[in-house]
Amino acid sequence: MSSIPHDHAGHGDEHGHAHHPAGIMRWIMTTNHKDIGTLYLWFSFIMFLVGGTLALTIRTELFEPGLQIVDPEFFNSLTTLHGLIMIFGAIMPAAVGFANWQVPLMIGAPDMAFARMNNWSFWLLPFAAVLLLSSFLVPGGAAAGGWTLYAPLSVQAGMGMDLTIFAVHIMGASSIMGSINIITTILNLRAPGMTLMKMPLFCWTWLITAYLLIAVMPVLAGTVTMLLTDRHFGTSFFNAAGGGDPVMFQHIFWFFGHPEVYIMILPAFGIVSTIIPTFSRKPLFGYASMVYATASIAILSFLVWAHHMFTVGMPAAGQLFFMYMTMLIAVPTGVKVFNWLATMWKGSLTFETPMLFAIGFIFLFTMGGFTGLVLAITPVDIQLQDTYYVVAHFHYVLVAGSLFAFFGGIYYWLPKWSGKMYDETLGKWHFWLSMIFFNVAFFPMHFLGLAGMPRRIPDYATQFTDWNQVSTVGAFGFGLSQILFLFIVLKALRFGGPASARPWEGADTLEWTVPSPAPYHTFETPPVVS
Amino acid sequence: MRHKEAVVRESRTARRLARKSAALLSGLAALSVALPAAAIREYNLQNPVTPIATQIYDLHTYIMWICVVIFIGVFSVMFYSIFAHRKSKGHQAAQFHENTVVEVIWTIIPFFILLFMAFPATKTVLAMKDASAPDMTIKVTGYQWKWNYDYIDEGFGFYSNLKTSYGQIHGDEPKSDHYLLEVDNPLVVPVGKKVRVLVTANDVIHSWSVPAFGVKQDAIPGFVRDTWFRAETPGIYRGQCSELCGKEHGFMPIVVEVKSADDYAKWLAEHKKAASASADDPSKPWDRKQLLARGEQALQ
Repeated sequence: MSSIPHDHAGHGDEHGHAHHPAGIMRWIMTTNHKDIGTLYLWFSFIMFLVGGTLALTIRTELFEPGLQIVDPEFFNSLTTLHGLIMIFGAIMPAAVGFANWQVPLMIGAPDMAFARMNNWSFWLLPFAAVLLLSSFLVPGGAAAGGWTLYAPLSVQAGMGMDLTIFAVHIMGASSIMGSINIITTILNLRAPGMTLMKMPLFCWTWLITAYLLIAVMPVLAGTVTMLLTDRHFGTSFFNAAGGGDPVMFQHIFWFFGHPEVYIMILPAFGIVSTIIPTFSRKPLFGYASMVYATASIAILSFLVWAHHMFTVGMPAAGQLFFMYMTMLIAVPTGVKVFNWLATMWKGSLTFETPMLFAIGFIFLFTMGGFTGLVLAITPVDIQLQDTYYVVAHFHYVLVAGSLFAFFGGIYYWLPKWSGKMYDETLGKWHFWLSMIFFNVAFFPMHFLGLAGMPRRIPDYATQFTDWNQVSTVGAFGFGLSQILFLFIVLKALRFGGPASARPWEGADTLEWTVPSPAPYHTFETPPVVS
Repeated sequence: MRHKEAVVRESRTARRLARKSAALLSGLAALSVALPAAAIREYNLQNPVTPIATQIYDLHTYIMWICVVIFIGVFSVMFYSIFAHRKSKGHQAAQFHENTVVEVIWTIIPFFILLFMAFPATKTVLAMKDASAPDMTIKVTGYQWKWNYDYIDEGFGFYSNLKTSYGQIHGDEPKSDHYLLEVDNPLVVPVGKKVRVLVTANDVIHSWSVPAFGVKQDAIPGFVRDTWFRAETPGIYRGQCSELCGKEHGFMPIVVEVKSADDYAKWLAEHKKAASASADDPSKPWDRKQLLARGEQALQ
């Protein structure tokens, strides 16, 4: 779908590099989905390291009771920015990076439908990141109301909150544009013969995720705009004295917030659904069921938001409705786990690094799913709301869930993207170190939450000390293991052995039919899919 | 050929890695056993002292064990598969896929398991919401960063501030037994009585929480919500603010002293006397000088 018409007849191999500038302008001006995917992935990794540094600062302060290295307000900024950066700067852009690289390749399209808008979708993000990070330097410091920015606390906050609101707007615009692109590409640019029910599940999960994004990012934009006007323009959306309601902030925020967490996990489900069949040398067990389960999860995700609000004092009918709806999500999620297991069953399994991360995902994400079920039970949630049990739950599903799936995806597709093989032994080290230290860091948080340790506190009662110390040790181990990951990727790019077109014997999607590294332009003539 | 060698090498590497990680894990296990048992003793919810908290404790135990059993069942199957269906053992891949019956079964069975969880949970939700016919009512107001307890039936109230000193927090003094969980004026209630708690806030959202009671209610400025508890054992019970409310969110604990009926009656009489002594005579005339002096005292 190049906008420059040209005659293919005599061009041959020189076609690939003739039409784009070199050096920094290549990256600034690119409209190529592969380049943009690469930009998203590197951006997300840098933000991951920044967010991780904030986390390690938090864990250092929490190593012992008492205040040692930061003051309480800065600590609140750390937790707030850690959440915002990891969600909006690391996980979501990484997922879009995978979509950019893989969706056109997997459906046999030459590029995304709106190649120029794709460029802008990416380049908004570094700008938003600068706004967000610079909020540490303004008077009053960075936003400190938690990533959830509840009013009225966030109405009280200083300038850092305004910078955060602007950054959120910009990142939201980026997500919406990206989603429009993905939906249009998937619905219109599939190769002939590739019906929707024949396209790889990764494309299905991204199609559904893109609809979720378009539905809820505007809701977040509305929420933070109301916050902005309450702060500066005399409105009282969230101020009871002016006729408003602080709890309305929570309702509107979580109407975005709950689908948001499914936005973060569905692409990961898609990656796992690609890796498991490949390394089992067996087709995905229930393709149609997986599509329906993903769609069910997406629809249900709109009906559960107030399970984040069980302690606000809503009537029993409300609590019961949201409890039942939230419990229901366990059903399609379970269907997916069973399908992955049935895919592995009686396969011919090998355990290269992508497969290790995919299996680790299934194991640990399911644990996170069970703690989610525990939290869905309203009376139990009353005890666990705003404690470290919740922190444990969402780190299991987002880190051992999304992040592990993304690592698996990088190891899986890096040979295709770069033409180089990574070091398999080092990859396995990265997996096992991450696996072990992740659990050391986050499993004890279940105990802390049950014992009553609240979230978002810089100092704690002395009976919580031991588990906090174990957790800090684990966090540092996990953080250092990600430096190993960076080393593995750089080593592969620089010194890796050549990768064949199809290094994974069980892989059967369209990207493996093009050479490794994938040529700059692929599928300019669409393949015919049987 | 390269791939086969890689597979063989990788299973040896996998075994070596498995041995290393087993050593690491058993080291960690030994460490956790070696540390004094009293230091890491928190594994579960706090001991319940109200009927609701007991229901919640039991509900959590019930659900957790169902989840553990399912988890072990499902992952035994997966680990068996990882062991028995590996290519390095020569297992050939079957090619089966799609089976509607199986999909229906593993949709319906989890649904029924959820029903078994939903029934007892519903009963507890309804019980927790029933704050009717209380024996007494107390209004709790969250401030940045302290609580106010107002005995609205008795006509007096007081603030409850963190008692732990700055020196302890900053490491200049040794930490007390109830570090960060002690206040100057705890809430005092009689044992065995249904206490209805009206919760509100003065500035931002806080949350009043006492885990031993199974109580947590957000304190929302401009709104009054309620909750209730009936403490069945005298004692001192502690909780912490449970909604981020600014820089001292971690430093506004809740302490409730549950006294026997007689002790409570004595405490109440003392406090009512003290409160009325320092209260103003409603019919006292105020002149400008007195008003200014009082204003200075109240606002500085």
